[in-house]
Amino acid sequence: MSTVTAPTGRTPDPAAGGRRRNLLPGAGPARAAAGFALGAALLFAVAPLALSDFRLSLLAKYLCLAMVAIGIGIAWGRGGMLTLGQGVFFGLGGYAMAMHLKLADAGPGELPDFMQLYGQLDELPWWWRPFASPWFALPATVLLPMAVAFGLGSLVFRRKVRGAYFAILSQALAMAMVILLVGQQGTTGGTNGLTDIQGFFGYALTDPVNQRMVYFVIAGTLLALLLLARQLIQSRYGELLVAVRDGEERVRFLGYDPASVKLVAYVVAAGMAGLAGALFVPAVGIISPAMIGIVPSIEFVIGVAVGGRATLLGPVLGAVAVAWAKTALSERFPGGWTYLQGLMFVLVVAFLPGGLAALVGLGRQRGDDPDRRRWWRRRRRQVPAGVGTTVPVEGAGTPEATDGAGLAGARTGVTA
Amino acid sequence: MTSFRGRILAGALTLVATAALAACGSKTTDAASGTGVSADVSGDTVKVGLLNSLSGTMAISEVTVRDSIMLAVEEINAAGGVLGKKIQPVSEDGASDWPTFAEKAEKLISQDRVAAVFGCWTSASRKAVKPVFERNKALLFYPVQYEGLEQSPYIFYTGATTNQQIVPGLDYLKAQGKKSVYLVGSDYVFPRTANKIIKAYAEANGMTVLGEDYAPLGSTEFGTIVNKVRSSKADAVFNTLNGDSNVAFFKEYTSAGLTAESMPVVSVSIAEEEVKGIGTQYLTGQLTAWNYYQTTPGAANEKFVAAYKAKYGAEKPTSDPMEAAYVAVHLWKAMVEKAGSFDVEQVRAAAGGITFEAPEGTVTVDGPTQHIAKTARIGRIGADGLITEVWNSGQPITPDPYLKSYPWASGLS
Repeated sequence: MSTVTAPTGRTPDPAAGGRRRNLLPGAGPARAAAGFALGAALLFAVAPLALSDFRLSLLAKYLCLAMVAIGIGIAWGRGGMLTLGQGVFFGLGGYAMAMHLKLADAGPGELPDFMQLYGQLDELPWWWRPFASPWFALPATVLLPMAVAFGLGSLVFRRKVRGAYFAILSQALAMAMVILLVGQQGTTGGTNGLTDIQGFFGYALTDPVNQRMVYFVIAGTLLALLLLARQLIQSRYGELLVAVRDGEERVRFLGYDPASVKLVAYVVAAGMAGLAGALFVPAVGIISPAMIGIVPSIEFVIGVAVGGRATLLGPVLGAVAVAWAKTALSERFPGGWTYLQGLMFVLVVAFLPGGLAALVGLGRQRGDDPDRRRWWRRRRRQVPAGVGTTVPVEGAGTPEATDGAGLAGARTGVTA
Repeated sequence: MTSFRGRILAGALTLVATAALAACGSKTTDAASGTGVSADVSGDTVKVGLLNSLSGTMAISEVTVRDSIMLAVEEINAAGGVLGKKIQPVSEDGASDWPTFAEKAEKLISQDRVAAVFGCWTSASRKAVKPVFERNKALLFYPVQYEGLEQSPYIFYTGATTNQQIVPGLDYLKAQGKKSVYLVGSDYVFPRTANKIIKAYAEANGMTVLGEDYAPLGSTEFGTIVNKVRSSKADAVFNTLNGDSNVAFFKEYTSAGLTAESMPVVSVSIAEEEVKGIGTQYLTGQLTAWNYYQTTPGAANEKFVAAYKAKYGAEKPTSDPMEAAYVAVHLWKAMVEKAGSFDVEQVRAAAGGITFEAPEGTVTVDGPTQHIAKTARIGRIGADGLITEVWNSGQPITPDPYLKSYPWASGLS
């Protein structure tokens, strides 16, 4: 795959400072560091002291969902790809981890319990075998989802599938994955999923101390992913991603390949979802098709929308808030909590289109930023000669005429 | 760029600190470290948990189970409670989502400190909560017929296992001279496992399985499957479809010209509540396999049906899972009273041999398997929507979740 053909060197434009967005209050590196320290203090000191073991393990679960949300924030909020199928990547990561832990629980040479029950297998299926090794399984939790996203993304983005079509395609993938897992009951556990996970790399998950350890691993990973996402968003690539979101054809005219730009964001989001799924398994002790199908995939996106998709912290806060509200409401009103949850979503969408992040002033939507126009003009002047010079007016020209230069301005629809 | 490196360093430090903290826990090789949370019985009430899906696809079935448990709780409280303590039910919504079931089970045990939990319907939800109950050494009463092949020390199974429902259903078909069956089921664990058992039975008993088809849960597209069923010319159909799919399946089945006379369908997941939803015109004459029907004779059932209708409305039918849930609460009360304590281990030790005059007839707790001995009953659906018994096993069948006493099932587990 071709890489993003970003021009070398930064523009020494005095207005460039304006490109640093309000990702955190104040947005300066110092404020960001302070915010990060505050988050770390909350997660590592306040939460473990203030919460019971049970509540802390719930928080660990919410934080896993928040990791998926960071990825969706990048792919959807910054890249404009409505990823309604993140459950697939969450599931791939979760199953990769759970398969390893099940094999570790069973011991060398033994089959996991459910295979003996439903599979009547004499030996481990070939595709289970590599997962016995942590050196394969751990990288696989992240690399497997990324590879699938890369394969799918390469096909989809090159063919300029986007908008509702892309969303439907992601949903179909989630559906297909669920059907596949449910159908192969003997080797995947079917609808039950992989349950009853006892140990995590030698540590008994039944021990509350080890549950705490899992929480700390998850909290640490979340902070690391936030740093990564911040770095990505603020980089030159991050700018390009937003540009693709707001005017894909224009970026194409400028000589960039929007498909590659989107692909990177999609693959990163998939990796984050995979990691989240992998950590979800020791935190909750189960991964099942119920966690990766269409409904949970939509719930991931709802969390991001509620939080504010185009900001860094919005998706995290949104995911945690939605998951927490679900628990709190369903405990208080077991019979009618779904109505309250629905009401909450309606209120947020109707009165807070920017999400919770807008409420606490955590960032402005990219699209509202008048600075962007100026950035566009600047960048256009830097387009290398020979690329984009024969750009037809958008909507004009035939695909044949423009295909060679990769500037298919006319082909805005789906070409399957 | 230095600030970036600084942040990377901070991230690395975080991970190192995380790893250091990780070293504090105990290894799996240490002695079993599961800490039982004992129930809170200090006051003059004792809490029990009700864990059912009150939202989502399973709600329509599980709400009736919740109602039935509440009825039993009220009856026991009206009669003075358990060991002098009134039962205080705590209801939680499993939301038809298996990890949510696990979360709520943990909440009931560790936050509410309940003495026992009643509920779960799907096998997937039971599998999800099983480790939670085993880890906390807490009790679950599971009231629904299921696919067997399970025996947790912290679960009491008050619904039928396979040798109390599916095997008698097959015995009945065999006695009726049916030589071939077609298997139709929803695509999840119970139908797939049940069909595995049916195929083993058929092979050993000279029956042929002419086809096996699964539809996704909630699927309403049965044209193809019904066509295949019709052209197979099977003597009977064994139906393990669940929920809404049954409506579509039986409509299609009837419109394809198939009837209870030409090709009877034995269903194991259609009870009185579902008959109402599917429509009796599509079901009249078809067969079901259960352990209880609303029409089951006996004073205990008359009392149960009357009490249920008085509380929830005259048009509400009673069904097998509801009855099993009602029985579960009464069995738990009897176990606690025999043990003289709410302590889980003492309750378990006291459980074996406890009997209860249930609406379905006398049931006995089998100590080793923690299942209960139940009478199998084959019923025929009538035009009035009620199911009348056409055959029963005569006496309660001892539960055999792993089908160890059936030679043909030796390869199954």
